[in-house]
Amino acid sequence: MKTTLYYKTKKIGINILIHLFLLSVAITCIFPLVWMVSSSLKTQETIFRDTSLIPKSFHFENYYLAWMEGGFGRNFLNSIFYTTSVVIGIIIVSSLAAYAFSRLRFPGSNLLFFMFMAAMMIPIPGSFVPLYVLLNKLHLRNTALGYILCMINVGLSTSIFLLKTFFDKMPKELEDAARIDGCSKLGIWWHVALPLAKPVLAVVVIFNALNVWNEYVLALIIFDSKPLMPLQVALTTFQGEFITRYPLLMAGLTITALPIILVYLLMQKYIVKGVTQGAVVG
Amino acid sequence: MRLKSSLENYIFVLPAVLIFVIFYVIPFIRVFQLGLYEWDGILPTKIFVGLDNFKEILTDKIWWQSMWQAGYITLIALTLQNAVAFLLAWACDREIRLKNFYRVIFFIPPVLSEVVVGLVWQWILDGNYGLLNHWLIHLGLPNLARNWLSDPNTALTTVAIVHSWKGFGWGFLIFLAGLQTIPRELYEASRVDGANAWHAFKNVTIPLMIPVAVLVAILTILGTMQAFVLIIAMTGGGPAYHTQVPVLRILASMRGSSRFGYACAQGISFGVILMAISFIQYRFSKHARQT
Repeated sequence: MKTTLYYKTKKIGINILIHLFLLSVAITCIFPLVWMVSSSLKTQETIFRDTSLIPKSFHFENYYLAWMEGGFGRNFLNSIFYTTSVVIGIIIVSSLAAYAFSRLRFPGSNLLFFMFMAAMMIPIPGSFVPLYVLLNKLHLRNTALGYILCMINVGLSTSIFLLKTFFDKMPKELEDAARIDGCSKLGIWWHVALPLAKPVLAVVVIFNALNVWNEYVLALIIFDSKPLMPLQVALTTFQGEFITRYPLLMAGLTITALPIILVYLLMQKYIVKGVTQGAVVG
Repeated sequence: MRLKSSLENYIFVLPAVLIFVIFYVIPFIRVFQLGLYEWDGILPTKIFVGLDNFKEILTDKIWWQSMWQAGYITLIALTLQNAVAFLLAWACDREIRLKNFYRVIFFIPPVLSEVVVGLVWQWILDGNYGLLNHWLIHLGLPNLARNWLSDPNTALTTVAIVHSWKGFGWGFLIFLAGLQTIPRELYEASRVDGANAWHAFKNVTIPLMIPVAVLVAILTILGTMQAFVLIIAMTGGGPAYHTQVPVLRILASMRGSSRFGYACAQGISFGVILMAISFIQYRFSKHARQT
């Protein structure tokens, strides 16, 4: 009797310790965000003195000011526009290529596929230098198109890899049936392959969307004019210009972080899947 | 007929190849070419200087300082960040309540942008108005309060810890996935053999997790050595170069001093070092898998 009681207490004790450990780390993960939102609701006068987590009065007008005066509204729409354009671009371009690499025969296909895979492995730090030169030459610098094309390229290799792996495992019967019905190759890609690939497309969409929304350095070197900048660059510009306007900066940070957190919470199933798949790849 | 079919198939890969060649292959080749020139990025004339840029790198003190600093951040990420990640994964790899809650929370920092994370932490760590110093003073520890990010003694370590905070979620998810592939029977078997929890951990968990640990280590090294946006947001590389890292130097050579050739040479040298590191790691992991 005594021993079972001993083991039971010991087990409960260990469980409590484990939860304390997990919970304390979880709090450090959330706390900075809570503090960010809390700071965004204080005023210029109170923010430096009021260290309460829940401010005495909520100044939601900071969000209005950040959106209008700080210019984050414009940058928010830019970020939305760049993210959707790049993701749509990547989906079309990479699924076409992945389908061809998986199903169609043409000379040099292995070599081309190998080229895309090699790009995933070779790090080129500072590749933004020649990219800047090239975009200048093509008159694509400081344009939305230039940025979108660059970002499509960034997501291309991994997306092709994920999609090709999926297509390789996909049964051929449905495509054969479609071909017998007189469907063209493009028709099969659009009507058969893409709808079947929905689960992996979800992973591709989410990872690329996160990546574009959070991207900083290419946007920094490509855009000179503030009305074209996405949120991330606008934030550092704002911080440089209005170093003391912390409530507005915090509101801007919240505007930037909130959509990504919402998307993450809704889609976390796919993100976990993507990370573990990606890890197996690497 | 065959030829027509091949041509038709090329249409599928054409957009991808076009974008890839223009935005990856050409810049890749141009890096090596530009590295041999002295050029401000604007003037039509470039001055050929051969390997002078590379020779200059050898004696560029700030460059090597930034390299060591990136190494220091990487060391902290490898030890602190991955130890925390592994412990959390190990703690979650059992029948406990709130398991999914923890898993969701731990991956919040990785999905946030480096700019957001950097600016929020900069605000918390601010020397005059930051929350951390405020708490330290109220807890009766005013000696510990300092200008975390503008004191040369603490800036780099502070940045490294925030970087680890942002990144441990990746390691956690990969470790957890790895732990979950270990068959439960192995634990049962070791318990039947009379092994206690520690022995099971040492003889079952650790050996089976080595390949996963190597993978996490590679990802950590390659990711951390090249991290720099967080630093831009937190310190901008200061105080006085104390948080400079290689990619930040490349950016400074290009934008600050308009030396495009030198920036490319720096990029090549750094890329070669990274390739060497991952090659050694790859050999090491192959070796670890065989034994």
